[in-house]
Amino acid sequence: MTNTKSDTAFVEFERVQKSYDGENLVVKDLNLSMPKGEFLTMLGPSGSGKTTCLMMLAGFETATHGEIRLDGVSINHIPPHKRGIGMVFQNYALFPHMTVAENLSFPLEVRKMGKSIREEKVMRALSMVQMQDFAGRRPTQLSGGQQQRIALARALVFEPELVLMDEPLGALDKQLRETLQFEITHLAHELGITVVYVTHDQTEALTMSDRVAVFDDGRIQQLAPPDELYESPQNSFVAQFIGENNTLDGVVQEIKGNTCIVRLDSGDIIDAIPVNVSAVGDRTKVSIRPERVEFDKNRLKEGAHTLKAEVLEFIYMGDIFRTRLRVAGMDNFVIKSRNAPDQTRLVPGQQIEIGWLAQDCRALDA
Amino acid sequence: MTDTANSGPVLAADGRPLKASLNRALRRQKLRAMLLIAPLLIFIMITFVVPIGQMLFRSVENQIVSEVLPRTTQMLVEWDASSGEAPDNTFFAALTKDLMVAVEKKQHTRLGSRLNYETTGVSSLFRKSGRKVDDMGEGYTDQFVAFDPTWADPAFWADLMEAPSAAQALPQTTDAYNAFASTIMSEDDQDPRAEQPWHTVYLSLHQDLTADPAADFSGLPAEIAAAQAVAGGFAMDDLAAAYIDIDEDWGTVETWQTIQTYSSKFTNGYFLNAVDMQKSPDGAEWRPEDQQIYLTLFVRTMIMSMTITISCILLGYPVAWLLANLPMRQANLLMILVLLPFWTSLLVRTSAWKVLLQQQGVINDIVVWLGLVADDNRLALINNATGTIIAMTHILLPFMILPLYSVMKTIPPTYLRAAKSLGATNWTAFWRVYFPQSVPGIGAGSILVFILSIGYYITPEIVGGTKGVFISNRIAYHISSSLNWGLAAALGAILLAMVLLLYWAYDRIVGIDNVKLGG
Amino acid sequence: MKLTTTLMASTAMVMAGTTAFAGSHMANEMTIVSWGGAYSASQKAAYHDPYSEANGVTIVNDESSAEAVAKLRAMSEAGNVTWDVVDVVAADAIRLCDEGLALEIDPDTQLADGDDGSKASDDFGDLLVSDCFIPQIVYSTTAGYRTDLVGDTAPTSICAFFDLEAYPGMRSLEKRPINNMEWALLCDGVAKADVYDVLETEAGQSQAFAKLDTIKDNVVWWSAGADTPQLLADGEVIMGTTYNGRLFALIEEQNQPVGMLWDAQVFDLDGWIIPTGLSPEREARALDYIMFATDTQRLADQAKYISYGPARASSAPLVGKHATLGIDMAQHMPTDPENAKNTFLYNYEWWADYRDDLDAKFQAWLSQ
Repeated sequence: MTNTKSDTAFVEFERVQKSYDGENLVVKDLNLSMPKGEFLTMLGPSGSGKTTCLMMLAGFETATHGEIRLDGVSINHIPPHKRGIGMVFQNYALFPHMTVAENLSFPLEVRKMGKSIREEKVMRALSMVQMQDFAGRRPTQLSGGQQQRIALARALVFEPELVLMDEPLGALDKQLRETLQFEITHLAHELGITVVYVTHDQTEALTMSDRVAVFDDGRIQQLAPPDELYESPQNSFVAQFIGENNTLDGVVQEIKGNTCIVRLDSGDIIDAIPVNVSAVGDRTKVSIRPERVEFDKNRLKEGAHTLKAEVLEFIYMGDIFRTRLRVAGMDNFVIKSRNAPDQTRLVPGQQIEIGWLAQDCRALDA
Repeated sequence: MTDTANSGPVLAADGRPLKASLNRALRRQKLRAMLLIAPLLIFIMITFVVPIGQMLFRSVENQIVSEVLPRTTQMLVEWDASSGEAPDNTFFAALTKDLMVAVEKKQHTRLGSRLNYETTGVSSLFRKSGRKVDDMGEGYTDQFVAFDPTWADPAFWADLMEAPSAAQALPQTTDAYNAFASTIMSEDDQDPRAEQPWHTVYLSLHQDLTADPAADFSGLPAEIAAAQAVAGGFAMDDLAAAYIDIDEDWGTVETWQTIQTYSSKFTNGYFLNAVDMQKSPDGAEWRPEDQQIYLTLFVRTMIMSMTITISCILLGYPVAWLLANLPMRQANLLMILVLLPFWTSLLVRTSAWKVLLQQQGVINDIVVWLGLVADDNRLALINNATGTIIAMTHILLPFMILPLYSVMKTIPPTYLRAAKSLGATNWTAFWRVYFPQSVPGIGAGSILVFILSIGYYITPEIVGGTKGVFISNRIAYHISSSLNWGLAAALGAILLAMVLLLYWAYDRIVGIDNVKLGG
Repeated sequence: MKLTTTLMASTAMVMAGTTAFAGSHMANEMTIVSWGGAYSASQKAAYHDPYSEANGVTIVNDESSAEAVAKLRAMSEAGNVTWDVVDVVAADAIRLCDEGLALEIDPDTQLADGDDGSKASDDFGDLLVSDCFIPQIVYSTTAGYRTDLVGDTAPTSICAFFDLEAYPGMRSLEKRPINNMEWALLCDGVAKADVYDVLETEAGQSQAFAKLDTIKDNVVWWSAGADTPQLLADGEVIMGTTYNGRLFALIEEQNQPVGMLWDAQVFDLDGWIIPTGLSPEREARALDYIMFATDTQRLADQAKYISYGPARASSAPLVGKHATLGIDMAQHMPTDPENAKNTFLYNYEWWADYRDDLDAKFQAWLSQ
């Protein structure tokens, strides 16, 4: 789960803690290691500590305890401007009194580069984001998407090996966001830079990243590639936070190897994989993705446990149908089914039985 | 509407041209907007524009001389000062007629004060002459009445002057009598038919009768012709001698020259005075060196106001930065401290500076106690330019801090972070990124502080001694002490022009849209 | 001549008529303008309170005397005079009269006779320096010195101001030419009788400035009467000029180590004027007040509160003790023979002519 220091590590957090007021820890014992060229996303709700981690890495906040290393060198005491880390801010932070070209030229100027080199690099960076024609404009004359492109170009123009992005697409509309998501990942891989990306948008995290670190309560709850995160959440927070999820509360009744039987609070018995339950009698939250729930008995395994359910609502969503059911006394159980010609459209009030494959159902911490 | 040329005007739904419809709709909106701002507009016009306009008008206005001395100034048009001789008796006769009316209307002393600004001594000249003017020309009255007592009869005079041909035959007399009649009616509520005319009327009669010995007075009462026969033989009053007897200044060319020079209805004299020049027969010239002061004061006002503005920037910038960046609680406390001076009276604050800065004051006591300066060599921090700069900087500091603060409040801290992440040191980040964005605040604060300090006079008066006073102190002096409002207005107009000029220059160099008072 | 006499007689009749008529129609409220501070307080105690008690008139105090001339001119131009009686110095009264802003007063018909039966014009005598001015007090601009800072020999002459050798240190003088020019000439050997004749000439003016030049670096220039007492109390100056009443308060009320230097004190007058342009009711009220407030007893009463001499000769014998300090006031009056051995009377006529010119030169000299 947590990577320890390795030879390939480019960015490392080791036992990092952060407190602002001396009473509460915003970041609790953070350990993280990422190799060069990785696109890592820090995902989590606001207040989970992800932005603080980013700021510590950038040098705008100091770690209360622990060590942060960049390429094997501790950077705890290196001021931000000497870290050589590119950064893209949520509100672009383009300098309003400078033109686009001047904005891009700024990091090169402070590095005392000659005029011709600066111009060349600026134009190259602008062409990277297809903004060559806007060099003479002021940031206020650009649209949000254009500004973000410039901000990206500015963070890349001095060729940093590590780029930090703090919710860079938060202020953009959905379509633009998707385009830029693609462009950013594309650029990052093309240039081979290492990116630490902070967002609270899980779709963004899943589509862009090599690995995602899910933050909550000052800790990394799970650090894994997107598919693993979705398919195999390690605890109920991650399961809830990533994607849509149904949870049922119950008690572990029996553990047999990599399956277990859970008695729900309603009395029903179901099968699940024990993920982080250790003993019989543990309370657990059982998690099932809506698209893994089956109501067609033919598709279920022989002997699988089923539950009675009443259809409460049927929503037609185009590519899928979303149906809300009352299951085990809870009326927010959702199932999703593909809109296929042979697919059944459930009717509210209909009584059905639902079930799932045991490996799709994970018994997590309560 | 590029297609109008091809297809004719676009029409609205009701068939009228769209443009006309639109204008009509907009006109109603504009009218409503005008009505809404009308009270403010009227208020500003009445309390601001009109008084300022009036005050500026005073800087060129000079009607008083020609209004009080209409006959004299009329005659002086022809008088040549370079002859080196004071005018003769005919001028004094005109002067007497003018003064007689002026004294009744109590205008002569005011005129004296006006001309005394230009030539010392005219004030008492007119005051003294005013006391004696009603004796001037008495000799003629006595001689006419002695010749024929009818001439003492007010009713006879009234009838004579009502005769249709009188005005043409006796122009001087009619003029003098009309002046007499209208003055006693308006000033004393008296009836001219019951009052014997002034001596000036008899003086004028003598002038008319002797002007042309062959003149024909056939249409008038016989007394005229009779008087004409003897008038030539009357003893002539030597008015010039009588006036010179009152004050010898009447015999000097200079006095008459002053009246002549300032007889026009409008004058540039106040403006010349305001730049240390004066009117002379040969045009404008510099005042004697021992009277030059205003240019020095203008320059000093500008330099010191700029110094005050700069020290306000230097002291106010860090405070504004703290205000904008401290946590709310501390920032609020600091804000109260910044605003505190506003809640204390200006006089109290300035006096407090006196206690601090004077030679036996707190600051000097401390530096002497610390051994930084010798006891007999205490610092002169007050009653000079230093005192003015210190006290004014303190008083005007909030006017710098507040606009700076409100601009800095809108500069997100991410800019500084962005700059640092791009490799800028703290100083570069501040100087290249933060500072340029705070310039609008500096501009607004500077304009406020500079314009306020240019107009300050109470503080410089109290702590400025002789080297720390401003042009506004002189303006205040001329408004409230010397009553030379014309000069005060001219000084004010120049000051206003300088401020506008600086404003224009600022607009050209920095750009006025680069001034922000807030978000 | 006959005409003039008739004119004057009828004017007097009109005036008398106005007075008689007005007796029954007088305004019940009046605004009196004065200098504020202890001076206004003394007027309130001596004049305002007894007058409002006797006549049921509400008296509003305004402390604008310092700007009275300018404000009256502005009010008159705006056609809205809100002041009824104004306390001004004689020089201002002359200017207000010159400008036609103050009402002319006939002392013998419009002011009370003296207690000793003398006519008001005789009782006030030479102090009636303007037709519009009703004198109230005689005050003087004089000097005080720190008894503990002037060395062993206390100064006895105004020329101590110009003697930096015997009296090193700072001194305070008023920031205007009046008085300073006279003193400078006096201490430069010009006889008292010739001072104004000399000062009329360019050479005389240069002489005065040259004398002032010798102490220019050692002078703190004051513009408010309270400055010198404060400067003396703080030890900022060793000697300074101000109004005698201010020095009295400093010495007798605040017990500061300050001595009076009456030498070459300059007498000046302070008194009332009534603005022109008042409604008949208000004008009648103002005249009635003036009649009351400038009678022999009232003027003597004021001296109980402040050390300024009453302007009527008949009031002098009635001057008693200070109302709270209980000290005999006569010896603190500028007019007391012991104090008035060497005095000047402000030459109003002369300064009216030379004020503008000399002030310009004085200011230019100051800023050099």
